[in-house]
Amino acid sequence: MQHAHSSLDAVIAKYRGKKGALIPLLQEVQDLEGFLSQNTMQYLSEQMQVPAAEIFGVATFYSMFRLKPQGKHIIRICKGTACHVSGANGILGSLKENLHLPEGEETTADGHFTLMEVACLGCCSLAPVIMIDDQTFGKLTPESIPAILDKFAYDREAK
Amino acid sequence: MNEIIVKVGVGSCGLAAGAAEVYNKLQDYISSAALTVKLKKTACIGMCFEEPIVEFSGLESGAVTLGKVDPEHVIGLLDDYLMGNQIDANVILAEKQDGVHNELLQNQVRIVLRNCGVIDPESIEAYEASGGYTALRKALDMERLQIIQEVKESGLRGRGGAGFSTGMKWSFCYGAKGDKKYVICNADEGDPGAFMDRSVLEGDPHNVIEGMIIGAYAMGADEGYIYCRAEYPLAIKHLKIAIEAATQKGYLGKNIMGKGFDFLLHIKEGAGAFVCGEETALMASIEGKRGMPTIRPPFPAESGLWGKPTNINNVETWANITWIILNGADAYQKYGTEKSTGTKVFALAGKIANSGLIEVPMGITIRDVIYKVGGGMKTELPFKAVQLGGPSGGCIPASLLDTIVDYDSINKTGAIMGSGGMVVMDTGTCMVDVARFFLNFTQNESCGKCTFCRIGTRRMLEILTAITEGRGVLEDIEKLEALAVNIIKGSLCGLGQTAPNPVLTTLRYFKEEYLAHIVEKRCPAGVCTALLRYEILPEKCIGCTACARKCPVNCISGAVKQTHVIDQDRCIKCGACYTTCKFNAIKKA
Repeated sequence: MQHAHSSLDAVIAKYRGKKGALIPLLQEVQDLEGFLSQNTMQYLSEQMQVPAAEIFGVATFYSMFRLKPQGKHIIRICKGTACHVSGANGILGSLKENLHLPEGEETTADGHFTLMEVACLGCCSLAPVIMIDDQTFGKLTPESIPAILDKFAYDREAK
Repeated sequence: MNEIIVKVGVGSCGLAAGAAEVYNKLQDYISSAALTVKLKKTACIGMCFEEPIVEFSGLESGAVTLGKVDPEHVIGLLDDYLMGNQIDANVILAEKQDGVHNELLQNQVRIVLRNCGVIDPESIEAYEASGGYTALRKALDMERLQIIQEVKESGLRGRGGAGFSTGMKWSFCYGAKGDKKYVICNADEGDPGAFMDRSVLEGDPHNVIEGMIIGAYAMGADEGYIYCRAEYPLAIKHLKIAIEAATQKGYLGKNIMGKGFDFLLHIKEGAGAFVCGEETALMASIEGKRGMPTIRPPFPAESGLWGKPTNINNVETWANITWIILNGADAYQKYGTEKSTGTKVFALAGKIANSGLIEVPMGITIRDVIYKVGGGMKTELPFKAVQLGGPSGGCIPASLLDTIVDYDSINKTGAIMGSGGMVVMDTGTCMVDVARFFLNFTQNESCGKCTFCRIGTRRMLEILTAITEGRGVLEDIEKLEALAVNIIKGSLCGLGQTAPNPVLTTLRYFKEEYLAHIVEKRCPAGVCTALLRYEILPEKCIGCTACARKCPVNCISGAVKQTHVIDQDRCIKCGACYTTCKFNAIKKA
């Protein structure tokens, strides 16, 4: 296995032997590596003495864990009730169009953005809402999307 | 001379509306001009529709609160205040809209939200100055059973939605045998359309923490968890700061206030699973497992986290405790109805004028919440329904607007009180689409353990999708009803037991809308795209070609300055032509 283990091992050492550690461990490993690869989960299983099936079971249960490489910036589009009745579908369409995402794809070809649908961001009064990394943008219209993507140095035309 | 204070609301909603920019502009200006002005942060006061909100105070002219503050104008506004000039009346909240804001606040009773948007949530001193941690001091001098009795007599019921008596729940955990006990705060606020817990944690984290310490003392727990959604980064940040500060001050940790009582509090971040709001699933998640519910009994009070007696309450429930200890059960009971005492926090969203966070006494009518506190509808479109209780709740129609807010009255409508999300819908909302939206949600979030929940919700979603796409048949309504009954009976936890509610309530109150979709193949609200038809009105079309150029499938034909025509067979009903046309020449039907 080709792993740069040193930083991973440091994370593992922090959680080894602690009860209820699996989820925070996976969260931290994902922060470190961007996603949870099969190799990484296998390695965690050996190091933590937890069956690989259990790790995989947890990783697939929670929507936050990603099993594929992610874009540099994560766009979370809120699909909550308030956003839904305020036109979230139009925002989603505009995002897909501007990111040139084919059906079923989540990450742009250049790896700049990953688009995720989330249940509710809790900013319902500003619906419809998206969140890019830790920044929230509210009261959106499909037309406002290009200017927001531009803030993240996204070259829309080149795609 | 009084200190001049400038407060900026920097909750999640404020930040999304541009509050950070307003704050930075003020900070730069105050330091560069060397003003003796104190700049403070606060969280959400609840008037999210007016964000960013800034308050100036300290001058003899009194305090003034400004709404929708433009970062470009905020310096000028501050200058006006400092120099005693007239401030632009358009931004002063108290003067806007003929006193709507005064009415908004007058109809509220703020117990849980008393500090939200008032104090700096990152400062424990600010919390102490507003009476913080005096309830804990008082509680530690009380008998443990006396605290539980007080909570019982207050009539407080679980604000997470089910409405079980909090005092009873505490007494079960108190009575459970075991040397190790846990208390948990459920902050996994997953209902789409709800943000009460986020605002409370962002705006007044110490109030929740103090409530938990009191509860832990009363029940004999020495360790606690706050299980918070990872989608709420600001709430988590404020909680971490608060726990650190409370530990420093000796409100948490060993030998609290010298009374020989220890309490350790942790934050556990959720990883994105709606079902973890269910208490047994939540505990499984804290233990690091897949968050799947287990059969009760045993109830958490006997065998909960790691098999130890555990008490779980929701954020808002915990946030009521300090007030009850300080003011007594009798004072709390003065608010509300006989069986539902106190207040309830609601998150108003959707097509309502004053979207935001409010706290009203139980017993108020839904009509008053929407029209007096919420300011009525956002646009000229009339009211159609209000969705209460998220995916477990239901849609209440106009004819039931005089239903009062208490657990039992709302249950009678087929909806539930839920945690307090209130999404207002106007005639531009399709109720079949809303039902489909919620079933899509529950179908996605079902953990998969119970067959009826796992497969039954999927079947319901398929039927609803067919109806919204014009493929519905009359028997579908009976099938939906039959599935609903079986899913309710055949599911272990609240997720499955309540999943059919959005369908059952819309069927009960808006059946004619289902029939319009099924029989007439028509969506009366004009939402379901497959049932829409776009047509160009020859008398209005000037042949500008804008629509034809915008059409993604090139199905609009016509020469320049000639009437255009849409090829209905190829039209994908995306609506691009409709929004592009500047001459209202395209009809949506």
